[in-house]
Amino acid sequence: MAGKIKVATTSLAGCFGCHMSFLDIDERILALAEIAEFDRSPLTDIKHCSDQVDIGLVEGGLCNAENVHTLREFRESCKILVAVGACAINGGLPAMRNHIPLQECLEESYLDAVGVENPQIPNDVELPLLLNKVHPIHEVVKVDYFLPGCPPSADVFWKFLTDLASGAEPSLPYELVHYD
Amino acid sequence: MTEHMLTIDGQRIPFTEGQTIIEAATAAGVYIPHLCHNPEFKPHGSCKLCTVKVNGRNCSACTFPAADGQEVLNNTQELNETRRTITQMLFIEGNHFCPSCEKSGNCQLQAVGYYLNMLDAHFPFFYPSREVDASHHEVMLDRDRCILCELCVRASRDVDGKNVFALSGRGINSHLIVNSTTGKLKDTDISVDDKAVHVCPVGAILIKRKGFEVPIGERIYDGQDIGQVSLEHEMPIVEEAEHGR
Amino acid sequence: MPCTPSDMKTVADIVARHDADPTRLVQILRDVQSTFRHIPAAIMDRLAAQLSIDRAQVQAVTEFYTFFSTEPRGRFDILISDSITDHMLGSREIAAYLCERLGVTPGQTRADGQVSVDFTSCTGMCEQGPAGLVNGYALTNLTRDRVERIVELVNDGTPVSQWPREFFVVKDNIHRADLVLGTKLQPGSALRWMFQRGLDSTLDEIAKSGLRGRGGAGFGTAMKWKFCREATGSTERFVVCNADEGEPGTFKDRVLLQSYAHQVFEGMTVCGAVIGARRGYLYLRGEYLYLHEPLNAVLAERRRAGLLGSNIIGRPDFEFDIEVRIGAGAYICGEESALIESMEGKRGVPRNRPPYPVTNGYLDQPTVVNNVETFAAAALIALKGGAWFSAAGTEKSKGTKILSIAGDCARPGIYEYPFGTTMAQILADCGGTGAMGLQIGGPSGIFIGAQEFERVLGFEDLPTGGSFMIFDQRRDVLEIVRNFTHFFAHESCGFCTPCRVGTSLLKNQLDKICAGHGGKADLAELTHISKLVRATSHCGLGQTAANPILSTLERFPEQYEQRLKAISFEPGFDLDGALEVARRMSGRDDAHAHLAQEA
Ligand SMILES: Cc1cc2nc3c(=O)[nH]c(=O)nc-3n(C[C@H](O)[C@H](O)[C@H](O)COP(=O)(O)O)c2cc1C
Ligand code: SF4
Ligand code: SF4
Ligand code: SF4
Ligand code: FES
Repeated sequence: MAGKIKVATTSLAGCFGCHMSFLDIDERILALAEIAEFDRSPLTDIKHCSDQVDIGLVEGGLCNAENVHTLREFRESCKILVAVGACAINGGLPAMRNHIPLQECLEESYLDAVGVENPQIPNDVELPLLLNKVHPIHEVVKVDYFLPGCPPSADVFWKFLTDLASGAEPSLPYELVHYD
Repeated sequence: MTEHMLTIDGQRIPFTEGQTIIEAATAAGVYIPHLCHNPEFKPHGSCKLCTVKVNGRNCSACTFPAADGQEVLNNTQELNETRRTITQMLFIEGNHFCPSCEKSGNCQLQAVGYYLNMLDAHFPFFYPSREVDASHHEVMLDRDRCILCELCVRASRDVDGKNVFALSGRGINSHLIVNSTTGKLKDTDISVDDKAVHVCPVGAILIKRKGFEVPIGERIYDGQDIGQVSLEHEMPIVEEAEHGR
Repeated sequence: MPCTPSDMKTVADIVARHDADPTRLVQILRDVQSTFRHIPAAIMDRLAAQLSIDRAQVQAVTEFYTFFSTEPRGRFDILISDSITDHMLGSREIAAYLCERLGVTPGQTRADGQVSVDFTSCTGMCEQGPAGLVNGYALTNLTRDRVERIVELVNDGTPVSQWPREFFVVKDNIHRADLVLGTKLQPGSALRWMFQRGLDSTLDEIAKSGLRGRGGAGFGTAMKWKFCREATGSTERFVVCNADEGEPGTFKDRVLLQSYAHQVFEGMTVCGAVIGARRGYLYLRGEYLYLHEPLNAVLAERRRAGLLGSNIIGRPDFEFDIEVRIGAGAYICGEESALIESMEGKRGVPRNRPPYPVTNGYLDQPTVVNNVETFAAAALIALKGGAWFSAAGTEKSKGTKILSIAGDCARPGIYEYPFGTTMAQILADCGGTGAMGLQIGGPSGIFIGAQEFERVLGFEDLPTGGSFMIFDQRRDVLEIVRNFTHFFAHESCGFCTPCRVGTSLLKNQLDKICAGHGGKADLAELTHISKLVRATSHCGLGQTAANPILSTLERFPEQYEQRLKAISFEPGFDLDGALEVARRMSGRDDAHAHLAQEA
């Protein structure tokens, strides 16, 4: 491969666990740095993607309007978009709120719960509004690859990225496929 | 006695009169993916994971009788893709959050997903609202994970003689019900030793306070794929039935 | 709802009327529903006890059939037929008007409990729609004037039995009669001939006639009877007449049952003699409740005339009787094994085959299931001989076929044609010459375009159970397909994964494309799901549920492509709508409180 591949990452409605797991590739990060360069990512603190990124890794599902904007920017900027982890792939644990109507969730959290003082639904325009349901990212943008796991193990990231960097079609062997 | 023969993916497989294709396959050590089938119970044929091509036509291997000269296709890319899509359908129609499921690692739905290299559920999720029944002191029913295979229905009816479970509703609203006036498990005579409590292929029927007992790495499908596990477990059952015939 | 002692007495009476026979559960629940307007939980308990069956079975059956409900429906329960042909006659507008005038929301019972309005699958009145049902009885030709009067009758609480007769008139509308509709059968004459000729040679005549099943699959009738007759190890054999007629656009069995009932029953009796059965059943779709009394009257007449019961036409060795069983709103119960399940008092779920009903049918006994028209033809063949019948038709399709023609034509109604007749001929006869396309065989059949109108009626070319729907240039192909696709999703029994989940996915995917939110990938996805549902479903319903999509995609790809967006991807759900609750609760409406559907 000519230059280094540009990789960006982001976390939507996730727990950052996938990012932590990514860092578990430990010393292989040095080898990775030989072939890849990090663009927008909570790991680099770069806030927006540069023009064209090769690979975008997305952790977390969509629970609010801001998640949707971020995801769309990612899709726009990344040649290859990857859904990373259970939350990005099926909504994950945040989606367990899906069978409770949003109205009840908000009432329970901000109005009716014991110990709530000055009950009111937050209405600051800076705060992103919640979607009725938490959605996995493939329901809103086209997704090219999926890395399952909660979180996917460091080996999954390593295998996937090295496959791609070497120009091979990424594939995960049986041992690396996990939904938990 | 002349030996009956069919072929699966070109391999010659003997069978005995009255066997289904999946029984013949299992006895010969050939795995055909399946979920609603369990050789201990009456064949059912609803999940369609065991779809094979018999002389060019799609059939459910778990219900279709083996016959001389059948040319069966099983482990083909096309069939496995079909099976993967069917597995994805089962995932999206329910609520499967594996990371928080006690069955994870020991679950056949999940294991079939792994076996078929299913990396995502592909379709938009239905996120249905389903009732959880935690009323019983020992047995838990989480319908979010039910795949409507009716194994518990068959086990309770045919083995336990209790008829604790039944399928109700229609179409996408089909759901498992409990045979009591309240519709709750606590008002049935189910007991933790019942066969019905132990046959659920997924994490829908669970024994309370047994969750997450086996550490990750040692669970059923951590080391072996479902093909191996299934054959190991089911071959003796099929063989025994064969002798009983 | 707590049940009073008098309610329990009513339930006990209903059960007694049905001999506490658990196979009659669907019949019993029909009576409970019509008495209490729903099936209360306390009554489920009581029924289970009195019938010695599981409570779960009572609940499962209740929740399977659309005519049963666990919440009270209105004292006047009105259902509007949702067939595409009813739509084309303005049923949706009529329904909206009715709801507005009554002050009800579709699917909900009015607060005073007086009335409920909802939609239901095709009620089989396609050529005299918009049609509907009130408390189970068929309403035809619904106009705004009629709606006005219905609103008054409902609000005044006038019992349905006192509503004007003309609301319930169901016409035959026979426009072309041939062998089956044009031959007069003197009740009993076929039976006499049969005994004169002998049972074996009667079966031979059926074989010679080349008669194949008229319900859709086209299995040889004589062969079926022979298999059943030769089935071993049975205690009893049964004859079942499939009068479920659920395929949208089909209404020819309704006409046969209304005006040719003797002929149908005589055909069943012939079959009973040939296979050695003593009991026959006619499974009547719930939508045809209005035919129940008249059919029972014909049966009574036949008993009096010595054509049913024991000692039939003076033969002490021949005993046969027929009972009518009624369905409760489930298209799948037209599938023969699901029908048998329903007759046994269960959910209508198709069985695994083999074994087939001819060896393991009703109560696990050898059973012949035939369509209404098949029996009507068999009666005449027993009378007139096989050659009389096989003279008409083609090499592979002998005899005639009765069509129910509806949609865009001047003279919709019943037309009987020899097999081999071209579509063009049929269209010319019924005044459907402006047709853009035809749906042959109902939603489960195929859609053909104008360049195919030289194709012919027959098992070898265009088979149909009778449904024949005509669409002219004004019609939107995708709207037609959407109606059919929703129908299948609604009627899937839910037994197998590909159909249970796949029909809902197809419905959602098609809705997305029709609403203008689909891209190229969505069309590919639609095709992919369609093929999978067709290839892997358990029974005919799932195997044909994608036919409307696949047959129109093949012929009218541009109709689909027109709807596609240039974008590669858009969500299948309303993104901005998904913020509505949060907007309302936070009182916000600023720019950040909205999302565009596309990026
Ligand atoms: C979903 C489905 C619905 C059906 N509905 C009907 C029906 O309403 N009437 C009918 O006669 N056959 C229907 N059939 C066909 C029956 O299964 C069966 O083939 C037929 O009743 C046999 O009678 P015949 O040989 O006289 O046609 C249906 C089949 C399927 C798969
Ligand atoms: S039942 Fe199986 S697939 Fe479903 S959540 Fe549990 S482990 Fe996952
Ligand atoms: S609870 Fe388990 S065994 Fe019972 S139908 Fe559901 S998935 Fe099958
Ligand atoms: S194909 Fe559909 S209707 Fe037929 S058994 Fe399967 S779910 Fe039921
Ligand atoms: S295993 Fe055969 S259909 Fe489920």
